[in-house]
Amino acid sequence: MTAVSAFDKKFTSRTLFSWVMTFLTGLCVVMAVVPLIAVLAYVIWQGGSRFSLALFTKLPPPPMVPGGGFANAIVGTITMVGMAVAISLPIGIGAAVFLSEFAPKWVARWIRFATNILNGVPSIIVGVFAYAALVVPLKTYSAFAGAAALAVLMLPTIIRTTDEALLIVPQDIRWASVGLGASGYWTTLRVILPAAAPAIITGTTLAVARAAGETAPLIFTALFTQFWSQSLLAPTASLAVLIYNFAIVPFKNQQELAWAASFLLVILVLITSIISRLATRRR
Amino acid sequence: MTTSLPQAPPIAQPRTPQEKFVDRGFIWLTRICAYGIALLLLFIGLRVAIEAGPAISQFGLGFLVTESWNPVTSVYGALPVIYGTFVTCAIALLLGVPIGVGTAIFLSENFIPVAVRTVLVFLIELLAAIPSVVYGLWGIFVLIPILRDFGGWLHNAAGWFPLFSTQPTGPGLLPAGVVLAIMILPIITAISRDSLASLPPELRQASIGLGATRWETIFRVLVPAAFSGIIGAIILALGRAMGETMAVTMLIGNSNQVNISLFAPGNTVASLLASQFAEASGLQVSALMYAGLVLFFMTFVVNVIAELIVMQVKKF
Repeated sequence: MTAVSAFDKKFTSRTLFSWVMTFLTGLCVVMAVVPLIAVLAYVIWQGGSRFSLALFTKLPPPPMVPGGGFANAIVGTITMVGMAVAISLPIGIGAAVFLSEFAPKWVARWIRFATNILNGVPSIIVGVFAYAALVVPLKTYSAFAGAAALAVLMLPTIIRTTDEALLIVPQDIRWASVGLGASGYWTTLRVILPAAAPAIITGTTLAVARAAGETAPLIFTALFTQFWSQSLLAPTASLAVLIYNFAIVPFKNQQELAWAASFLLVILVLITSIISRLATRRR
Repeated sequence: MTTSLPQAPPIAQPRTPQEKFVDRGFIWLTRICAYGIALLLLFIGLRVAIEAGPAISQFGLGFLVTESWNPVTSVYGALPVIYGTFVTCAIALLLGVPIGVGTAIFLSENFIPVAVRTVLVFLIELLAAIPSVVYGLWGIFVLIPILRDFGGWLHNAAGWFPLFSTQPTGPGLLPAGVVLAIMILPIITAISRDSLASLPPELRQASIGLGATRWETIFRVLVPAAFSGIIGAIILALGRAMGETMAVTMLIGNSNQVNISLFAPGNTVASLLASQFAEASGLQVSALMYAGLVLFFMTFVVNVIAELIVMQVKKF
């Protein structure tokens, strides 16, 4: 009897194959992470150097004029995302409550299916839709139309996170509440939703970060303006559209502003992602 | 003992009609919200179709195979943009699928400590959170110069091959496809990893117990078992790639011509809409709406297929 020595075992074709595959998939991971680091590093390097208080107080400069900032775009983004949350949060939570609390199983299944399909509708199509449904009848590009488009894009995320959070709430709590004589809506509003609140807030925050970077639906609903927006029914600047507009012009100052705006958006996304990660890990 | 206890007030009163009404109303309110989502989906498709009406009656289905986009003569066809959409998606899948699935395998098995793995998973998920327009900006200033050098070398070495037949000048199908590959990576990785991780541990134990190596287990047992989940992930990623707009618009060159070479500028349906919609008028708006309807239909079908596959996997 000859025992296979550890040395021989190391060099069979099977183990060689294992080593090669481990190396190759490890390489895949590296190739997946490299673009992220490349984007982050470049945005922080390019955008960070231009960062100053003037960005938050001044208007975008005309071509060939140095300096300037994007105060109007920051306000426009906050206004539109804020309105979008105000529209989509109540509807989204309402829909999720129906799905997890009241709906028959097959209805819930189909509406969850529709929500996922809505999530897959390209954002540019939502923009086209908002253009047809709001810009054409109102005869003006507006913050309102932009916010409506963003709300449609946020809805699936809010419904999904709320739905999942509600399904995790223990059944005992519902029985306890109903056993004490509370009605359906009282149980939902005072017992179940508060129990699911942290997850709902996390999901909404992520949706907000996503919406702040959405560009496609805004380029022909809110359009853009170099100036302060006159009203909610007038063209409105946003950071995302500013990046798009200024990236494709040949002026150095504008390009720097685009990088600074990217820096702001990426920092927002990074912070919300890390916070939500920490918040969900604690539980 | 004859002391009588004081009469306790009833703990719960029967519900008043108002309370019942409020309760019923609340359920109806949530029901309207939920059904509203399904209606919204229908309404989006319908609204875009109505706006596309004039172009549909003018060009019919010939729109899909006409290679012309001319606002001067009012002749519009979507062939170049449909071609561009398919080519960029093909590049994205060709690059994204091997890397994404490889990453998913590496991160679902025990190759590295859990702490490192958690960080890597988080980093790859972050790729999905970076706004599309930022990828576009990065692509213009970083990716295009790199690909121009690489493409120039490829063109000089293998210019006889139709795919490399033009000198890369900057924006084109290749940069757009590469950036799409980066953007769909997290979807492929996340869903493939989920379906690999949800396999029962007995499968792994049984295979190792029979003497298979870790990689034989992965290829002969785990990947086949998770296959439908991985396919679902890839199709979902395809749907996302078709609809991606901003990064593609900034990198593809916006030329409405069919060109075989990967280095030539092109256009996708989404980038056509993004670059022309705000300045369009008359029949051009309608033609753009028609193109949008085509895109809506394509992504709708792809997403439905992907959802059905992923749903099937979840049930199991």
